[in-house]
Amino acid sequence: MSVKLTASALAIVAAATAADARDQLQIAGSSTVLPYATIVAEAFGENFDFPTPVVEGGGSGAGRKKMCEGVGENTIDIANSSSRIKPSDIELCASNGVSEIMEVRFGYDGIVFASDINGPSFAFTPADWFTAIAKEVVVDGKLVANPNAKWSDVNADLAGNDILAFIPGTKHGTREVFDKKVLEAGCKATGALDLLIEANGGDKKAGKKACHALRTDGVSVDIDGDYTETLARLDANPQAIGVFGLSFYQNNTDKLIVATMDNVTPSTETVASGEYPVSRPLFFYVKKAHLGVIPGLQEYIDFFVSDDMAGPDGPLAEYGLVSDPELMKTQEMVANGTPMGPMN
Amino acid sequence: MTDATSGSAMGKPKSSLLVQDDRTKRRNAAEARFRGYGVVAITIAMLALVGLLSSILYNGSSAFRQTFITLDVYLDPAKLDKDGSGDLAKIAKVTTFGYAPLIKKSFEVEFEKQGIGVEGMKPKDAAKMISKEGPAELRRFVLANPDQIGETLSFEFLASGRIDGYYKGRVTMESAEIDKNVSPEQLQLADQMKDAGVLETKWNWGFLTRADASENRPEAAGLGVAILGSFYMMMVVLCLSLPIGVAASIYLEEFAPKNWITDVIEVNISNLAAVPSIVFGILGLAIFINFAGLPQSAPIVGGLVLTLMTLPTIIIATRASLKAVPPSIRDAALGVGASKMQSVFHHVLPLAAPGILTGTIIGLAQALGETAPLLLIGMVAFVREFPSAPPEGFFDPAAALPVQVYNWTQRADPAFVERASGAIIVLLVFLLFMNAVAIILRRRFERRW
Repeated sequence: MSVKLTASALAIVAAATAADARDQLQIAGSSTVLPYATIVAEAFGENFDFPTPVVEGGGSGAGRKKMCEGVGENTIDIANSSSRIKPSDIELCASNGVSEIMEVRFGYDGIVFASDINGPSFAFTPADWFTAIAKEVVVDGKLVANPNAKWSDVNADLAGNDILAFIPGTKHGTREVFDKKVLEAGCKATGALDLLIEANGGDKKAGKKACHALRTDGVSVDIDGDYTETLARLDANPQAIGVFGLSFYQNNTDKLIVATMDNVTPSTETVASGEYPVSRPLFFYVKKAHLGVIPGLQEYIDFFVSDDMAGPDGPLAEYGLVSDPELMKTQEMVANGTPMGPMN
Repeated sequence: MTDATSGSAMGKPKSSLLVQDDRTKRRNAAEARFRGYGVVAITIAMLALVGLLSSILYNGSSAFRQTFITLDVYLDPAKLDKDGSGDLAKIAKVTTFGYAPLIKKSFEVEFEKQGIGVEGMKPKDAAKMISKEGPAELRRFVLANPDQIGETLSFEFLASGRIDGYYKGRVTMESAEIDKNVSPEQLQLADQMKDAGVLETKWNWGFLTRADASENRPEAAGLGVAILGSFYMMMVVLCLSLPIGVAASIYLEEFAPKNWITDVIEVNISNLAAVPSIVFGILGLAIFINFAGLPQSAPIVGGLVLTLMTLPTIIIATRASLKAVPPSIRDAALGVGASKMQSVFHHVLPLAAPGILTGTIIGLAQALGETAPLLLIGMVAFVREFPSAPPEGFFDPAAALPVQVYNWTQRADPAFVERASGAIIVLLVFLLFMNAVAIILRRRFERRW
């Protein structure tokens, strides 16, 4: 009995997979891009004769890896990414037969520092952050283990809260931006960079990397989950400061108070103009071999970068996307199906 | 009798049943302490359960109610059917962005008719009180009934998440001051509309029937696809694990020779039942998706993975209930000339059936609530299309109930908190129902010897 049943079940499975051509787009990748992608997917399903694409999160790196698994119906069509593709990804893609990839930058995202709405407001500089949470800081021209306990120790103008920071874990694309735009900038501004380069025997790269080292005495906490987890942690520790995406903050303005960075308040305008220093571009990568094979793929990417969606008055901007001033160029590129060139 | 009386009369007895000696006191105290511990343990467990349930009910019950706004919308031919041809292909060219102005317009008309409105508020801001699902619903209606273009019809729209939150206590006038997505004027207007009977909060079937929605419209998010996906998976699990599990246990229990091979198999089945479920997910990803080439996010893959997980449970339960059938039944059947197979299928299996069914239902209930393996096979995706009818539907992308809970807790908009708790309530109701069925089956049909 069991043999017969399993055999017939397997037969059904085989028959159905052979007959069933995929008609839904499959997208995976960054959880920062996920809300934007779902908004586009939803509107796409409503307005076109194609089914709503299936959008999965999982992280930028995981999404790119999944895209590079190969060509065919069992692989995804688009990888969302909150950081630029890496040469190693392109190599992996090439070795699996995914030779042409389209790189589409559809907008920018700001990274904000926010605390509980009932607490004091903060005005940070990257140097403040570096001095607060770096492993080693400069005191009297020497590198010493970080002695600061309160924000007021870091900068006399800041409130006297104990330093406690919830920052994104290392698997997040957000962390990369935080490392680069906040820690490295602060490292340089405080003069720690020069000392660190010296300590590493003049190796600039190693010196920069040493800037990313954070203190391990519990004042800087890596959050591996999503921003909702960071928000919950802030609820429990109203003294703490959390790192969020701009769009997340904009959906929770009744709970969070945002800190300025270099005296610029983060908003879609200040990120777009480049005044607010901590921002990053958002991308999606399209497997070119699937264009014209998977129905709706070209229409979806055209729709994603159209003014109706990604423009400054579109629903994505309303959710918190900083619209790309060069959107026209992107639209043209997407319409022509130009694959990305070699990385510089 | 007389001896006893005379004994007590003679002096103090060595021991008495009426007076406790130290040893008895100690023993009794130990017992009292133990009972105390038991009561404390049960109280803690009950408190935890009550706390958990009440927090879920408190957060989630509001998901079953939703605020709706009823408006008369003029389906303007100048916007929807410019050349008046009534050609469906041309009407379909008008996207949802083209429908939004119609709703805005109908607000203006409504304000004039009802004499309501808040000073300094534009119809554009008022239109934001309607869910972004509104234009989509309107478009769907027009495409289904193109002959209605030019008419003024009454539509019931979902109110936006923040307006809905105002009537559920999530949004207040104070929080609206600092909230970018809603203004106090909009809330004032909502109150006026409520008095005029245009806005009302009522039972929301949509929560159970609609598909998931993006973060821009939490009010439209529902469990439809997830319930259907979970149902399909349970069908796959039932159809595969019941026959395979029962057949395997009958063979092991009744036919297999007792040797070291069957011993090894037995130990392995018990071990398999204790394997963490995420391992089955990794296995499913490797075998069913990467090797066999089955589609991602499909109920068939979820069902197959959960089948692997449920099989040991069913086999163990089935073997236990087969063992519980007394050997005399088998002996009697064999004694009147039945073959071994006849004795099993005509006599032993029917008597063991209630136990098998109970075990199966409990296994299914366990599988229904399982999340971890599904995360690995792409069931966490945002899926808005309903899967088609089986068997093709088994291969269409779908969500699952526990995964939907996981998904919603990660969304930025606070309105998803209530929906995640609401989804937990739905899941718990399904689990309670299945467990109740299992208990009833056991009570009604189980025979004891």
